[in-house]
Amino acid sequence: MLNLQPYADPQYFVYLLLALVPLAVGLYFGKRIDWYEVIVSLVFIFLMFNGKKYHEGYAIIGFMIWQWLLVWGYTLYRKKSNNALVFYFATLLAILPLVIVKVSAPAHWTHVSTLLGFLGISYLTFRSTAMILETRDGSIKTFNPWLFLRFMLFMPSISSGPIDRYRRFEKDITSVPSREKYVSMLEKAVWYFFLGFLYKFIISHYLGEVWLPYIQAFAIDAAQVHHGWTWWLIPYMYTTGLNLFFDFAGYSLFAVATSYVMGIELPMNFDKPFLSKNLKEFWNRWHITLSFWFRDYIFMRFVFLIMKKKWIKSRVTTSNIAYIFNMLVMGFWHGLHWYYIAYGLFHGVGLVINDAWIRYKKKHNVPHNKWTDAIAIVITFNVVMLSFLLFSGFLDTLWFK
Amino acid sequence: MAVKEEVIEILNTIIGEDISDQMDEDFFDNGLLDSMATVELLLDLESKFDIQAPVSEFDRNEWNTPNKVVAKVESLIG
Repeated sequence: MLNLQPYADPQYFVYLLLALVPLAVGLYFGKRIDWYEVIVSLVFIFLMFNGKKYHEGYAIIGFMIWQWLLVWGYTLYRKKSNNALVFYFATLLAILPLVIVKVSAPAHWTHVSTLLGFLGISYLTFRSTAMILETRDGSIKTFNPWLFLRFMLFMPSISSGPIDRYRRFEKDITSVPSREKYVSMLEKAVWYFFLGFLYKFIISHYLGEVWLPYIQAFAIDAAQVHHGWTWWLIPYMYTTGLNLFFDFAGYSLFAVATSYVMGIELPMNFDKPFLSKNLKEFWNRWHITLSFWFRDYIFMRFVFLIMKKKWIKSRVTTSNIAYIFNMLVMGFWHGLHWYYIAYGLFHGVGLVINDAWIRYKKKHNVPHNKWTDAIAIVITFNVVMLSFLLFSGFLDTLWFK
Repeated sequence: MAVKEEVIEILNTIIGEDISDQMDEDFFDNGLLDSMATVELLLDLESKFDIQAPVSEFDRNEWNTPNKVVAKVESLIG
C-alpha cells in the first residue's frame, strides 16, 4: 500500500501541490472551500498512517477521541464551576497518552508504544493541553467539535509542528485573506519551499548523511584508544548541530509554506537563531513555537503561581527556579535519556547564568559595541553547539555503549 | 487619567527606569520587559485595579507598549 511521509521526498510535493490547486484557486477568488480542504487533509493524513504504519493510524484515532471527549468535557464543566483539582486532573489526562508513550520507549514496552504511539503525538498533545489551560483561564469559552478536529489535525503541521494556538487558528480558518494578502502569502510560500529544499535536501543531506557518518566512524575509532576522548568530537559537534538546524528549519519551512497555500498563517519556527547574542535571545529564535509554548504555558504560569502564593520572596530565586524547571521539563519531553535531561539542565543553568550576566551588565554599565556584540554571538553559538553535542546522544554511544 | 499614571508607576517600578517618555516604544523589542517582568506586571495590575488578567489573555501584540497596557487595563476595568 502507498505510504507518504510528510515532506520526505520530491514526489510528496508534487502530489501535495496538485491537490492544493483547487483550494488555492478558491482562496484567490475569495472563497474557502472547506469540504475540499477537509478531504485533502484526510487523504494525506490517511496516506501518512497507511500501509505498514496502520497501527499508528488506529493510535491517532483513539488519541483524537480521547482528547475530543476531554476538551469537550472540561469546557462543559468549566461553564459551571472552576475547581483547581479538576483542572489539574484534566491536564494530567491530556498529557497521559504522551507520558505513557515516552515512558514505554526506554522501558522497552514495545506493545504499549505500538498501541498508543504515532508520529506527531507530542505536537497534538501540545495543542490540546493548551486548549485546556486556556479554557481554565476563560479565554476559550465554547467547544466547537468541528473546529477542534480541524485545529488538531491541521495537515501541514500534524507531524512536527509548528505548534499553532487555537484562537489564532480559529481566526484564520473562519475567514479568507484578501486577494492582495493571499498573493503575498503565495509569494512567501514559493520562497519558503525553495529555501526548505536548500536546507533539507541539499545542506542537511551533506551534513547529516554524507559527512556525519564518516566523522562518527573516526570518532568512535579514536575514542576507543583514548579512553572516550577524541578531537573528532569537535567537528562532530558542529556538523550535528548545524544539521539539526537545517533539517528541522527546512521541514518547518515546508509546513509553513503549505499552510500559507491553504490561507493559514502558521507561525514561523526559526528566526536566524545562530545570530543570537545570548541564550535568552536564542530561545526566542530557535524552535520558536515550542519555546513560546513552554514560556507561556509552563514558565509564566509557574512564576505566576509562585508569586501569587508568595512562596518565594526573591525575584531572582523565583526566575532561576522557573528557568531550571522549565528547561528540565523540556528535556524530559524530548525523551527519558540522560542526555536529553542533561541538555535541559544545561539550558536551564545557562539561562540562569545569562540573567545574572544581564543584571551585572546593567549594574556596572558594561560598555557594548559591535565588537562585543560579535564576541557575544560567537560565544552563544558555541555554547549552543556544545548543548547540541549533548542532545545528539553521541556521547552516550561513545561512553556507555 | 488616574489609570494611566498608576500604570506608568507600576511599569517604572518593574522596569527600573522612567518610561513615561516612551509610551509607544515596544518594551519586548527593546528588552525592557521579559516573561518574568510580565508576570509581575499582570499580578500588580490585578491587585491594583482588581481586574482579572490571566496569562493566556496576555497577547504580546496587544500588550507591547505602555500606551497599549493602559488601554488594556481601561478596557478590563470596563
